[in-house]
Amino acid sequence: MGILASLFDGVLVGAVYGLAAMGITLIWGVMNVINLTHGTMIVAGMFAVYLLAGAAGVPVYATLPLILIGGFLAGVAMYWIAVHRLVGQPPLMSLLSTFSVNLVLIGLGTVVWGTDLFNVPVSLPGLSLGHYTFPGTHLMAAGLTVAIAAALYVFLNRARIGKAVRAVSGNREAAELVGIPTRRVLALSFGLGVALACVSGMLIATMFPFTVLSGDPYLLKSFVVTVLGGLGNPVGALVAGIALGLLEGLATPFMPVSWTPVIEFVLFVAVLIAFPGGVLGVLGLRGTRPH
Amino acid sequence: MSALLEVEDVSRRFGGVQAVRALSFSLAEGSILGLIGPNGAGKSTVFNLIDGVIAPDQGKISFQGADITAQPPYRIARLGLARTHQIVQPFMTMSVLENCTVGACFGRENLRLEHGRQAAREALLQVGLDDRSEMLASQLTIAGKKRLELARALAARPTLLLLDEVLAGLNATEVEHMIAIIRAIRSRGVSILMIEHLMQAIMTLSDRVVVLASGAKLAEGLPAEVAADPAVIEAYLGDPGLADPRHAGQP
Amino acid sequence: MTVLRRPFVWVIGAVLLAFVLVPAYGNNVELRENLLLAALYITLASSLNMILGYAGYVNFGSIVFFGLGGYLCVWLMSAHGWSLFVATLAAGVTVSALALLFGLGILRLRGAYFALATIGVNEAVMAFVANFEPWGGSSGIYLSPELFQPLGGPARALWTIYYLMVGVMGLSLYLSYAVKRSKFGLALRAIGQNEDAAAALGVVTPRYKAAVYSLSAFLPAVAGGLYFFKSAFIQPPDAFDLQLSTEAIVIAMLGGQGTVAGPAIGAFLYEQLRGWLLTSPAFSHFQLVIAGTLLLAIVLFAPGGLMGWLYRRWPGLRRILE
Repeated sequence: MGILASLFDGVLVGAVYGLAAMGITLIWGVMNVINLTHGTMIVAGMFAVYLLAGAAGVPVYATLPLILIGGFLAGVAMYWIAVHRLVGQPPLMSLLSTFSVNLVLIGLGTVVWGTDLFNVPVSLPGLSLGHYTFPGTHLMAAGLTVAIAAALYVFLNRARIGKAVRAVSGNREAAELVGIPTRRVLALSFGLGVALACVSGMLIATMFPFTVLSGDPYLLKSFVVTVLGGLGNPVGALVAGIALGLLEGLATPFMPVSWTPVIEFVLFVAVLIAFPGGVLGVLGLRGTRPH
Repeated sequence: MSALLEVEDVSRRFGGVQAVRALSFSLAEGSILGLIGPNGAGKSTVFNLIDGVIAPDQGKISFQGADITAQPPYRIARLGLARTHQIVQPFMTMSVLENCTVGACFGRENLRLEHGRQAAREALLQVGLDDRSEMLASQLTIAGKKRLELARALAARPTLLLLDEVLAGLNATEVEHMIAIIRAIRSRGVSILMIEHLMQAIMTLSDRVVVLASGAKLAEGLPAEVAADPAVIEAYLGDPGLADPRHAGQP
Repeated sequence: MTVLRRPFVWVIGAVLLAFVLVPAYGNNVELRENLLLAALYITLASSLNMILGYAGYVNFGSIVFFGLGGYLCVWLMSAHGWSLFVATLAAGVTVSALALLFGLGILRLRGAYFALATIGVNEAVMAFVANFEPWGGSSGIYLSPELFQPLGGPARALWTIYYLMVGVMGLSLYLSYAVKRSKFGLALRAIGQNEDAAAALGVVTPRYKAAVYSLSAFLPAVAGGLYFFKSAFIQPPDAFDLQLSTEAIVIAMLGGQGTVAGPAIGAFLYEQLRGWLLTSPAFSHFQLVIAGTLLLAIVLFAPGGLMGWLYRRWPGLRRILE
């Protein structure tokens, strides 16, 4: 692809990165917990669409609401099992607990599916501009991402429950004093974060092949996007995701893909050191929780 | 007497709230300065600004003539400034002695471990915790934890001590004891800047008082002057939490 | 020397003696290999414990020290003809220095951010090495058998390496112990309990964190040099196996993070468990699942690990074992 086409495709794919990152940034911003199962839950979304569309014959994009709900339920369960007891303790503890759940999930995943490559075939007409055809799946994924992001924005800022989420993330003790059922809000937020991860996985699966171990690179990307966009800031995540996609689009014609983790990692550390509040945080766009 | 601590025109906002507004005051060496004001007046923010936990948006803070504005807390501690916290923060799984030893080893004098332990024991003696030096910090009562917080700051043998509501949550006897300890600290040459809600205590202990309201300085002067200032009385009228139960009904 | 009066130093000595004498008696090569792995795990876990258990900073990518140390040592020996002893030491020092530089930058980040950065560092270094031709790229480096000659041939060399590894293990235990009792260790533990309070008391937190990060790199790097020299072959996935990092964390938590004996005992137990799991046809695939469940159970119900539980039941034990 030419450089422009590569950039445009980067924007499309980057949007989905942003969606993935929203899952992490929401949980992190609300309860100061870093969900290390995030990458694996993205993979769970991938396998979910593979099984539902492949084995059960559900039309690919119709699986989205199913995966959203399934992911939400899984997230809530995970919260009550592994996170609930550790809220308020040093972050080390929740880091280790989500890490251990992740180990279990990967272990089970490799037992069932090994390290084979999987694919979700989707036939969707692409968009042709000049010499280049943009895959329909990329366009669809980006479009759905924007829709979901908009819905999330409305939820957090207009819906009562959404405002409760923001209240709890701002000041948990104050929210409790006002009568907000904080535990349930935390469980809901965690469920939402995992649901976002699963849905982004579903969309990624329509675009690229995957294995059980594909979670790690997307986990790293999600972290990069989160720190770029500012903690707890879903809008920032979307913008930063697109920026990352652009960066990848810029780099891939010139560099073998195996260098990507190195670049992303360097970017990640550089941004963290230079902008502890996230790049967008510096620009004054606040998220749900300024740290 | 030269000013030990000089706060000049310091301001700080958080999002939409102007927490501290063009604040200026100075603390003379060897004196006790009280910092009072209704809840939300910005007192703890002032401490955080002096201590280096947060940086002011504008203004300058000097300690012993050196500019400490926006310096990190550990550098300021090394210069001889120690503080206690309103919500006590002991090192829970370490013993009382170990807690104080941290203060002694990394403060102004930067002592070696053995000497630090010695200084720590002295500090514990000063606050009356020497009989519990081997207890884990988590096992102390709230009053004990408050004394530990104070001992830990003292162990560093600071030149200036910032006390943040060190009397809060204590009963009448404990308050008397703590007041005596604070007097003893001052008589050893340590200057003190203290935030306190207990009016009786702050009026008897302080040489001078600064009153904050809504982030700005409302009044400054001798305790008696400030207590008689109509603006100060007005600022407090809406805040019943200020009443010292032993002097209920008196102005 | 007052150090000899400390009971724990004698405990370390006894452990070292056991490691040295037991396989030597009867020339038991299989046992030696088993104990070599145990010694390696103990080294990795003890070193990790200094930053994890004392300072409370999770280093998810601690294996990067092991891998880099291995690569440096193997490369120095095969491409530049350095002797084993000098090469391992050079590897240790270099990796420590790199860790210090890197740590000064990255440890300005607070707890969770730092942990995240370490997740990426292992992947990034592995990707880099896999593309780095002078180090064999993704094919790795093979060591020719001649390199074993200065050590008296392969059979004797394996024994020498074993004793060296046991020595490294002993050093890691002693280092962990000495740090804990020092002023440095006091600062680390204060940081681990409450970093802000520690800073307010004058602990220059970024410096101490970088220092312990660097220190925790030294012995794993040396161990890496020894291990990969012995294997005569090194390649990126073996050198930077994230699973080993994970296991080190599980071990430190299992045995009791923040204690000196904990990681050692945890490493020994875990290594035996792992060996049994690998050979058991039913469970070999469930290694990760078991590790994960174990870690979750510890974090939720027994965050002090084995030693934490023991010390609560028998407080007197703390005086001997640390």
